[in-house]
Amino acid sequence: MAQDAPQGRRFESPRASFDASGPKKPGDGDEVGGTCLEQTIVTARIEMLGVSKAFPGVRALDGVDFRVEAGEVHALMGENGAGKSTLIKIMTGAVQGDAGEIRLDGQTVRIGSTGDAQALGIGTVYQEVNLVPTMSVTKNMTLLRQPKRFGLIDWREARRRARQRLERLNIASQIDVERPLGSYSVAVQQLVAIARALEDDTRVLVLDEPTASLDANETALLFGIVRDLKARGIAIVFITHFIDQVYAIADRISVLRNGRRVGSAPTSELPPLQLIPMMLGRELETTERRAASESSAIHGEPILVAEGVGRRRVMAPFDLTLRPGEVVGLSGLLGSGRTEVAKLVFGAIKRDSGKLTIAGAEVKSASPARSLHLGVAYCPEDRKAEGLFAELSVRENIILGLQTKRGWLRRLSFDAQQALAEAMIEALGIATPDADKPVGQLSGGNQQKVVLARALTSDPRILILDEPTRGIDVGAHAEIVALIRKLCAEGLALLVASSELDELVAVSDRIAVLRDRRKVGEIEERAIDRQTIIDTIAGART
Amino acid sequence: MKHSSDIRPHAPAPSRLRALMAHRAVWPVLALALILAVDGMISPGFFQIRIVEGRLFGNLVDILYRAAPTALVALGMAVVIGTKGIDLSVGSIVAIVGAVITWRIHAGDPHWLVLVIALGSALLCGLWNGCLVAVLDIQPIIATLILMTSGRGIGLMINLLYGGTNPSFTSPLLQGLSVGHVGLIPTRLVLFVAIFAALWLLVRRTAFGLMLESVGSSPAAANIVGINARLIIYAAYLISAFCSGWAGVVLAADTHTSDPVSIGLNIELDAILAVVIGGGSLAGGRVYLGMTILGALVIQALTTSILTSGLPPEYNLVVKAVVVICVLLLQSANLRRALTHALYHALARTKR
Amino acid sequence: MNEKFLPLLATIAVFVAIFVIGGLLYNNFMSTQVLGDILADNAFIITAAFGTTFVILSGGIDLSIGSMIGFVGVVIANLDLAGWHPLLAAALMLGFGFLFGALQGLIIDICDIQPFIVTLAGLFLLRGACFMINLDSVPIQNGFVGWFSGLGIPLPGGGVLRSSAIVMLLALAGGIVIAHFTRFGANVYAIGGDRTSATLMGVPVRRTTVGIYALGGFYSALGGVIYAFYTSSGYPLAGSGAELTAIASVVLGGTMLTGGVGMVAGTLFGGMILGLIATIIIFNGTLNGAWIMIVSGVLLFVFIVLQRSLVGSLRMRGAA
Repeated sequence: MAQDAPQGRRFESPRASFDASGPKKPGDGDEVGGTCLEQTIVTARIEMLGVSKAFPGVRALDGVDFRVEAGEVHALMGENGAGKSTLIKIMTGAVQGDAGEIRLDGQTVRIGSTGDAQALGIGTVYQEVNLVPTMSVTKNMTLLRQPKRFGLIDWREARRRARQRLERLNIASQIDVERPLGSYSVAVQQLVAIARALEDDTRVLVLDEPTASLDANETALLFGIVRDLKARGIAIVFITHFIDQVYAIADRISVLRNGRRVGSAPTSELPPLQLIPMMLGRELETTERRAASESSAIHGEPILVAEGVGRRRVMAPFDLTLRPGEVVGLSGLLGSGRTEVAKLVFGAIKRDSGKLTIAGAEVKSASPARSLHLGVAYCPEDRKAEGLFAELSVRENIILGLQTKRGWLRRLSFDAQQALAEAMIEALGIATPDADKPVGQLSGGNQQKVVLARALTSDPRILILDEPTRGIDVGAHAEIVALIRKLCAEGLALLVASSELDELVAVSDRIAVLRDRRKVGEIEERAIDRQTIIDTIAGART
Repeated sequence: MKHSSDIRPHAPAPSRLRALMAHRAVWPVLALALILAVDGMISPGFFQIRIVEGRLFGNLVDILYRAAPTALVALGMAVVIGTKGIDLSVGSIVAIVGAVITWRIHAGDPHWLVLVIALGSALLCGLWNGCLVAVLDIQPIIATLILMTSGRGIGLMINLLYGGTNPSFTSPLLQGLSVGHVGLIPTRLVLFVAIFAALWLLVRRTAFGLMLESVGSSPAAANIVGINARLIIYAAYLISAFCSGWAGVVLAADTHTSDPVSIGLNIELDAILAVVIGGGSLAGGRVYLGMTILGALVIQALTTSILTSGLPPEYNLVVKAVVVICVLLLQSANLRRALTHALYHALARTKR
Repeated sequence: MNEKFLPLLATIAVFVAIFVIGGLLYNNFMSTQVLGDILADNAFIITAAFGTTFVILSGGIDLSIGSMIGFVGVVIANLDLAGWHPLLAAALMLGFGFLFGALQGLIIDICDIQPFIVTLAGLFLLRGACFMINLDSVPIQNGFVGWFSGLGIPLPGGGVLRSSAIVMLLALAGGIVIAHFTRFGANVYAIGGDRTSATLMGVPVRRTTVGIYALGGFYSALGGVIYAFYTSSGYPLAGSGAELTAIASVVLGGTMLTGGVGMVAGTLFGGMILGLIATIIIFNGTLNGAWIMIVSGVLLFVFIVLQRSLVGSLRMRGAA
């Protein structure tokens, strides 16, 4: 273990270890011979062999091999539930694997804690900057390892070390280490987090969605630094949802799906057209595409028209129309802006551009309350945070949709509540012993149905479903798909955001395709199939 | 996964006793019964109720009578806590209302108008708190601290408006509301029941209560549903202020004077305690009005029994502290989990 | 000048402004004599407020301060009756304060209960304990106390820096060292600034939480010792409501009630502002105590709203 590396030693010769042959372990006495190339053919910088991990009810990782070379930017891709974060957590010691082996420069290591990982030279920067914004840059950089003099913290030395760390990224001149971290932009905070994670002996750096909230210029700045680190021989694991960025920076791509590695190839050999199907996979059970005759219910003027609706840094302006009886799908990879489009239309995210017309009337300031009265209902993707009132009963959760629309004075009588709740429990097949059970105690699929039931009770003309089948078993999945079809046959307009292509192909009359927070195309009914969607996401068609 | 497995398998068939034990009223009721039982043993005749001068007298009546102001404040506090908030300023509101009453009576206003002005000033305090919490988005504990600090000062200032040398007053109307009696029953209890009923109707017979609880349970989800959380929170602080205002009327009329420094001292602590004993979580999401009254009764029964038992009244605070700590420890999920865990392991060991 | 000193400078500026106003209103007000008296009179509460500063910096709150001040005084007075030397009794009570605070911190962290409620129970417990020991004021007879409270360093201009003020300033020095020059102090700021991040960065949250409340208990016990020595007595109602004054001192001193930002030194001036206001109002003679509460409330409001906008601007910049 690298615990033998004394705390202070790393700071003694910051430059020395950044030579072309790559950083060496402080413990290694002899020179690492040969060129970088020769070395990496024999041993990878980090290699994970047959890593498995099961959580109660879920097999998160199933015998995954993952190998990153020194001086390589390796993109780890996968949709929700693919196992990316579990793999990263095992690598950084936050979670222990059930089986498998981790080799670092050819030596088998045991990573029992985040401290172990740090000592071994594995640094991590999380998506949300996990530093303290109210503290100065110096304090953040040196927390828990402040230099001491006579038993007290030596701030002069601490500042020197903070600057020294920033200097490694060549950004020391732009940052005043005495100012609070929160006074800098997220991009700079991200860089500070990298500088903090980077030790003299860092061998592997994990960047978990570092660009999620950065704009183009900030991303370019970050990439410059990533290339610099790469040139120093650090192995970089890069996780992102932005396809373009993968092709801009990564040398190699590995794809995970449902806890297995489904492929790994040099970026140049894996064009988007092959990458995207690899990430999405194909469902075994293919759902029938609904017959054109069923779509004849689509009629009349659009009930919802969005023109140039967008918000800076959240979603590029887009156009969207929705007619009664029509199902419009929102397709795109994770993080492409599906939820953002849904929320902008619903008013849960305030738009800063464009015009939104619902049922012929322009909506000046959209808000959830306004949408509710205009007949728009929304089932959020983030069920726990935005969908459920865990302490409240199933009945209360369901009837809240109708109740809010009626206003606080016209309370539904208990009998009416009970009748409505039971009707919904029956209609959607919600498995609960009774309507008075706290909703927090139901299973995920049933919670999802409760949220859907609530949206339906407000008697909407437009229903927005964000990941309606997330975390639901196959049976419930089919029920919800059937329900969507039934609803639009009754003249409801539906906007369905989903990560599952087959589901969208099955239910949609039209599909808006999103990529990197931008609408990149719209597929008309005749043309809807998996391949067309994939092509559009990959940018092969527009 | 099959549907049947969605129902938690480890919930055993609920026996009637088990269902009763699981009810949230069990612990406060047991506590109250225990306190009263001890009282009955220490002082025989504790439960006697007599009729003296056309009104009820006795320890039980006394407990209800004295608990009324705290219970009133606690009702408002329960509503605020239901939204994940807290109102520390209730004691100050009591003091302000007492001062306003004395001031207006000295100014010669008709007494019904004095009552209206007094309750209006309480609502003004509620507006202020609501503004800080709902509009300026300041943490409730900090926002209401401001009025808590300065409120009693404001009461003293109001005393100065009429010279402040002789802040005592008499008002048949107001004193009737507080210490008078309707038939055999003290008026303040009748009025308390009326206010409780009104509040209960508002919370349970309109959808206000459900919206309040949803705001406290998950503000983000409430927003998505289309509830105006800001308005609900505002209303909660207004209700709390009104309840405190009424408690202020009762207490000021009882003491016949305006004493902003000591009137309703520590009433905010007792009120919060009543809510917590009544099973309300400071994390918000649920409002139990009846249970809160039970909590207030437990606190008052403790105080009364310490007095009747001959113990010096000073023990009151210590006993109260012990009760709070016990209730808190029982409510703590972490501790319960640790205890269950320890118990489980102990059982496993004995089995082996 | 570093911007982190801005809130401290603002507090000092307010203090100086009020001092000058006092000087304009009354002759002989702007003197070291008045300053020395304010320091001495408020030493106990400011000392206790140093502990509160740590608690609030970590995002918590401690309501048990006032009761602790009263309890410490009562016990010292009674131990004096039993023939203990006051210094020995004081040392015992400092240890008690530390342990009592640590226990509160332990309950807060293990049981995951809001600090407000736990320290509220602490408030009841200690105040009740005071009443159980004594109902009246008990004088401390030992000559040491009289000698000690008479000690002082003469200041230029006729004022005296009394012994209580000296102890308070020493406590301040200790607080500054702990807050700004130890890892424990840095961890307090980290927990208060962002608890989740602090945990992920490896800050030992439980150990630090226990330490924070232990420190809070220690400082309020020290405040109690100062008060008992200063008044040469133990009075069970001593320090009633001191927790509010202490919290107000901390906020006026520029510490954010949401945690993570602030300085121990600011609390000195925050407490001095409150003392100054009280002195001016007493100097006037016609104004009554009500003004003290109202002016503190107004100042509290202004500082909280200012803090709110400051935090808002920090977040905005972070998000932009």
